[in-house]
Amino acid sequence: MCGSDKKLGEIRALILVGGYGTRLRPLTLSRPKPLVEFANKPILLHQIEALVEAGVTQVILAVSYRADDMERELTEEVSKLGVSLTFSHENEPLGTAGPLALARELLSASPEPFFVLNSDVICDFPFKELAKFHRNHGKEGTIVVTKVEEPSKYGVVLYKEDGQIDSFIEKPQEFISNKINAGMYILNPSVLSRIELRPMSIEKEVFPFMATDGQLFAMELQGFWMDVGQPKDFLTGMCLYLTSLRQKNSKQLYDGTGVVGNVLIDPTATIGKGCRIGPNVTIGPDVVIEDGACIKRSTILRGACVRQHAWLDGCIVGWRSVVGRWVRMENCTVLGEDVIVKDELYVNGGQVLPHKSIAMSVPEPQIIM
Amino acid sequence: MLKAVILIGGPQKGTRFRPLSLDTPKPLFPIAGIPLIQHHVEACAKLEACKEILIIGAYTTNTMAQFVSDMQKEYHVIIRYLQEFTPLGTGGGLYHFRDQVRAGNPSAFFLLNGDVCADFPLKELWHFHEERTNALVTIMGTEATRQQSVHYGCMVREPATKSVTHYVEKPNSYVSTLINCGVYVCSLQVFQTMAESFQRKQDVFYSGNGQTSPDSGYMSFEQDVLMQLAGTNKLYAMQVTTWWSQVKTAGSAIYANRHYLELHRDRVSKETPCTILPDVFVHPTANVDSTAVIGPNVSIGAGVTIKAGVRIKESIVLNNATVNEHALVMYSVVGQEASVGEWSRVEGTPSDPDPNKPFAKMDNTPLFNTDGRLNPSITILGAGVVVPAETILLNSIVLPHKHLTRSFKHEIIL
Repeated sequence: MCGSDKKLGEIRALILVGGYGTRLRPLTLSRPKPLVEFANKPILLHQIEALVEAGVTQVILAVSYRADDMERELTEEVSKLGVSLTFSHENEPLGTAGPLALARELLSASPEPFFVLNSDVICDFPFKELAKFHRNHGKEGTIVVTKVEEPSKYGVVLYKEDGQIDSFIEKPQEFISNKINAGMYILNPSVLSRIELRPMSIEKEVFPFMATDGQLFAMELQGFWMDVGQPKDFLTGMCLYLTSLRQKNSKQLYDGTGVVGNVLIDPTATIGKGCRIGPNVTIGPDVVIEDGACIKRSTILRGACVRQHAWLDGCIVGWRSVVGRWVRMENCTVLGEDVIVKDELYVNGGQVLPHKSIAMSVPEPQIIM
Repeated sequence: MLKAVILIGGPQKGTRFRPLSLDTPKPLFPIAGIPLIQHHVEACAKLEACKEILIIGAYTTNTMAQFVSDMQKEYHVIIRYLQEFTPLGTGGGLYHFRDQVRAGNPSAFFLLNGDVCADFPLKELWHFHEERTNALVTIMGTEATRQQSVHYGCMVREPATKSVTHYVEKPNSYVSTLINCGVYVCSLQVFQTMAESFQRKQDVFYSGNGQTSPDSGYMSFEQDVLMQLAGTNKLYAMQVTTWWSQVKTAGSAIYANRHYLELHRDRVSKETPCTILPDVFVHPTANVDSTAVIGPNVSIGAGVTIKAGVRIKESIVLNNATVNEHALVMYSVVGQEASVGEWSRVEGTPSDPDPNKPFAKMDNTPLFNTDGRLNPSITILGAGVVVPAETILLNSIVLPHKHLTRSFKHEIIL
């Protein structure tokens, strides 16, 4: 067993960071999406940590936008983890396959297989099992599949009992399968010969042909999975993540008076008297929650302030934003960076752009420019 | 010696004030901590010369007994309630009880509609009337906007003498921006004019075999008296610029509350149980947590409980209601014994007159617009209504004793 672990250590990983992250606006107007904190940690770090855990020593980030920000913020953080970070810059967006061609030299430097993952995915990352599964079947590639409730929104994967993939069906109208591509793969360098340096989709232009050749397998994911690329799913993902954290290691979760259910609170945050926090709340560093606030199913990002008697349900409060006294916010309200919501207002499903001060209630969902 | 008559109508009237009037008769609904018509009583009682106040209406004597006895004690003036056997209109009731008004031979009497709110300048009105020896009735008038004036009685005056040359009630087209405030001084001879009108009505009633009019005693003071007197040099109007408003819809209660609180600042106790943003009335028996923030424009009734961290503004909280921790109540009326859960939000839409238009009055908009949708208004919780914790109630009206289980917006909850 020792031998196989050592082999894992030579694995590289490529993360498809991609473009502007428009679906997670207004947060991504201030920070590139991979750096937005999910459960008090940048989304990308969740993935890198899991990769490191599986023995990965080199991570390649395929980026086309705001690479400098990411390089500055991540390099130091990641070096602590003992992994080297390489940026592969796209001059034009290359889709989900093109970036592999761009990083061809790095990826083919060794004959070992490499991981590829979409940067929006949060789950119990199964990289060790994935590598093992991949070696066992000995074919060119393995993709992780996960079960979803509404498969008609996605492309579903059809495969044999041993995992060998027969076909992919995009947005099926009739139920055929509830297994979808989870956005995580392990591929042999030989797959690179199927990819050209142009905008190219790995799902549509690479995988179907590998499946036809009998070279692609599916491994079923155990545990939760979420694409956290938009606010609604970001919050749902947070609930799933905190639940999983409770099962694995409840010590990270906050336990104290006024806390209900699974709640993550940074040690530098301050919580006032008579608050009710939770269930499913993440509170970031330097956040101030004043007396008598009630927060449910929400993420409060670094340096924000929720003032007295405010009530929040299903909200993301951006960095350094201030939520006034007796404010009620709900229904997937997202405040960008440094937003001020004046006292006593009601915000229902508002998407508020950065540096905005709100002085009037938003009774119906809308974007506040 | 002077007297005063306050006309309060009956339970068939004031339905636009529902559901507030389902529990308390509209004349007794508290504005700024005291019943609506106590403001009238107080204005009359302040006049030394005013020796008797007669309240005329179609409510049962039982309904009014407690109020009358309370007023008797508080103001040391003769106060009586006279019940109409059937609703007789603004003139019919007064004419029916004319002997009660004439008794003791007062030199004149004030006539006040119960559903108006004002800084009643009764002394000025009386002097104005006294100076005009041939005046039978002097009307208190105020300026309205051109558009709104047609919803009121409109008057045209002779500029020098201020005698009313033309009077029309709710005209179809614009007549004048000077409107009737429903506050009058009348000389006793007005009953002569009323007798003539009454006789005319009787003639019509009997010649039509009783088919023409619902009740032979029915008379409108505006139609049957004021319109008759216009242009005869017996009707005058004094224009005032002080605050005046009708209380027709529930929404106007909040507006009236603000102005009465402002007028009666002396009434407010100096002790403040919590952070107060004036003007606020808190009944001495209310139990208010020191961390609550109340005002502006709030009246808190007797026996009300306000818990920690509560915020209330632009609202009326009626007797024995409870507002629980961290809740917010604004532009709303919380009914008697009603309760608002912790972290709940009870919010209405203000329906104040447009502050940018001089002389604008309350619009008294109907409950529903022409599309059949609820017009935004204040939120009203009827008596005994329970609003659960952490919910929002926005622009809604909840009928008495309903226990809600979720949030509501723009709805009437039966």
